Amino acid sequence: MNSWQKLACAILALVLCASLAANWLAPAGYAKQYREATNAPPSHAHWLGTDEVGRDRFAQVLYGTRISLLLAPAAALLSTLMAAVIGGLAGYLGGIWARMAMAVTDLFLSLPWLFLLITARALMPLNVSPLVSVLVTFMLLGLLGWTAAARVLCTTAGSLRSSDFVRQARAAGLPGQRLFWVHVLPNLRPVLYAQFWISIPVFILSEANLGILGLGVAEPMPSWGSLLKELEGLVSVGEEPWKFVPLVLLVVVVTSFQLLLSRQEEVTA
Amino acid sequence: MTRHERRVGEMTSACGRAIAVTVICLGYLLGQAVAQGGGELRFCLRTEPKTFDPLKVEDESSAAVRYLTGGVLVRVNRQTQELEPELAQSWKVSKDGRQITFRLRSGISFSDGTGFSAGDVAYTMQQLMDPALHSPTGDAFRSGAGNVETKVISPTQISITFPAPVAGLDRLFDQVAILSERSSKKEMAVLGPFMVADYKPGATLLLNRNPNYWKTDEQGRKLPYLDSIRLDIQPNRDVEMLRFKRGELDLINSLDSEYFDKLAATSPQLVHDAGPSLDSEQLWFNEVGRAPIPGYKKNWFRSANFRRAISEAINREDLSRIVYHGHAQPAVGPFSPANKFWFNSKLKPQAYSPDAALKTLQADGFRMENGALKDKDGNEVVFSIITNAGSKTRERMAVLIQDDLQKIGIHVNVVTLDFPSLIERMTQSFDYEAILLGLTNVDLDPNGEMNVWLSSSENHQWNPQQKTPETSWEAEIDRLMRAQASSTDAKKRKEAFDRVQEIVVEQEPFVFLINKNALSAVSTTVHGAAPVILSPQTFWNAERLTAGAK
Repeated sequence: MNSWQKLACAILALVLCASLAANWLAPAGYAKQYREATNAPPSHAHWLGTDEVGRDRFAQVLYGTRISLLLAPAAALLSTLMAAVIGGLAGYLGGIWARMAMAVTDLFLSLPWLFLLITARALMPLNVSPLVSVLVTFMLLGLLGWTAAARVLCTTAGSLRSSDFVRQARAAGLPGQRLFWVHVLPNLRPVLYAQFWISIPVFILSEANLGILGLGVAEPMPSWGSLLKELEGLVSVGEEPWKFVPLVLLVVVVTSFQLLLSRQEEVTA
Repeated sequence: MTRHERRVGEMTSACGRAIAVTVICLGYLLGQAVAQGGGELRFCLRTEPKTFDPLKVEDESSAAVRYLTGGVLVRVNRQTQELEPELAQSWKVSKDGRQITFRLRSGISFSDGTGFSAGDVAYTMQQLMDPALHSPTGDAFRSGAGNVETKVISPTQISITFPAPVAGLDRLFDQVAILSERSSKKEMAVLGPFMVADYKPGATLLLNRNPNYWKTDEQGRKLPYLDSIRLDIQPNRDVEMLRFKRGELDLINSLDSEYFDKLAATSPQLVHDAGPSLDSEQLWFNEVGRAPIPGYKKNWFRSANFRRAISEAINREDLSRIVYHGHAQPAVGPFSPANKFWFNSKLKPQAYSPDAALKTLQADGFRMENGALKDKDGNEVVFSIITNAGSKTRERMAVLIQDDLQKIGIHVNVVTLDFPSLIERMTQSFDYEAILLGLTNVDLDPNGEMNVWLSSSENHQWNPQQKTPETSWEAEIDRLMRAQASSTDAKKRKEAFDRVQEIVVEQEPFVFLINKNALSAVSTTVHGAAPVILSPQTFWNAERLTAGAK
């Protein structure tokens, strides 16, 4: 691990810890409205100022980070597991199974996922709490985000199937199921890790995009997406620079994930 | 001559040439400016005009083009709200309200040179009332079954007879742009101050001065003063604002409060707040009998006490101050105080009082338990408010209302949906609990809202298309609205609609929240602008505007 990667790790740890300690660090809850101090600039009482309805922006950033940073890995885990089962098994079994799995994957890839998410949100019951809405949003992202990873895993599993050590094991009479669990899956692990790390920033950005569209996490719960919505219509950077804090945080966190990912690729190589 | 002297001489000569060129250029530009007269006015349309046929207009952009190009018999003065003669010198409505007779001006030509006469008015009315055309403007004239009859008495006199009385008949002609019967250019031959000169879909619409426009100013100069109007099609408000700031646009017809304040901070002379507009924002509950929501919630929503308590618990002053930065007024009822004649001035905005709201709820058996409100059967009061995604103001209002209602123990889930999904729930599946939306009102006359207040109407949003009125107060509103629509006595109509407003405020089927102010921005290069609350706010007097030097 080089010094940049150590720094990335430290930043991620710091951000995660700060977000987990939001209850103690934030001056008030994320939904508390200071109606006499709306759109306030940074001050001693409100370190990052307040939003349009007077909510403390620092509290919103802390709680929003917690949501985005905890649920994006959860969604990444879900999508990676789905990719492992669908792509890995299809690649290992080969033949018609691989062709069928890839056909389904291609179909999913060709779907306009953004419209699917909008439709899915529209079909959801209306009376769901903000917490449920946030869970559903990330679950949907996880359920729809497995396809690209599945293609990679299918190809890798396919090449493993025809590798010498698997052929040798098969020739030695090892049953198929055991062959998959003992020899194929452990060799897929580096690819799975890489896919998991890639997915996290993708899901963070996807949630941010959904938030900008007014979908995803429901009010009053904050997320990076809802915080980034404040930047809509901002004419100049110098006007209210403190509003860029969520964006800077997003860039820093995604970059940190990318740096760690490069470390993971080195390990894999 | 030294080299230095020669150099100075060359420089002097070059400077002289430059000055001469500059003078020629300035002279040319000055000459151009003089030739242009009133200059060119530039502003944006937010959407593509869907039609140039004035009889088919239903969108805002087409209505703006119709206003600038169409010649009408009578015009509602956007400043005084009074009806004024235009192509008609005078008019008379019969006592039974079924017939109107116009005396027209003579010697007027369309933009293509064809003459204007009563035959053109008859042709326009026949086209307008043709059921196959589905003209939204024509729908306002449909008061009963049967045909509209036109009788050309002379080239300058025409009477139009309707099958049934039409309330506010003369004012409806404000929207009827007269077409030419004989011109081969059809809707492109116009009687208004401007005519369509060039149209690049998705980019620009250029309107040039109509050389045959009939009006002159007090000094006898031909109107309009402007040479042309350039309308850029630009849906993005940020871009519109940036272009206005850079001087590429001369006005912004409708401005958000946020942009208004930003502009006011740097250039207060450019912004105009004309006061409360006719537009309102409101919240309503689903009272549809067949709606797929729990029965106990239907009982809450159908209770006037419940609706009134919600109304009492909403801090409208904060909605106005925080969401609209003070550029809105707490709404009173169906009509804004901006509607000078029809607004019932006895009505006052609902006062904010969470305590009064709780008392009102107690009358229906609601009670507070551990900070949560419960109904008499123990059901916790939780409901969702949906609004359209992308509307910052409505999203903010919903968040403030969510917080206000939390204070009386009501838990609100705010849901933003894309507009088609919202409309589908509102009009087809009725799968919603409460909706926060706005009502854009362009008509001063209550007849324009018949489709909202009649219980049988599709746009009777809280419970549409009722076969018979489900409540006594809705039956009373139906009766009063029909009574005012069939009367030609302005006083009786006003009394009837005043009572409608009172019933609506008592029953609160719509919880009216705020009336937005009419905000606009006009460059100092535009002379003669006097923004008003009625649409089109800034260019209602386009024929008397000039654009050019500061």
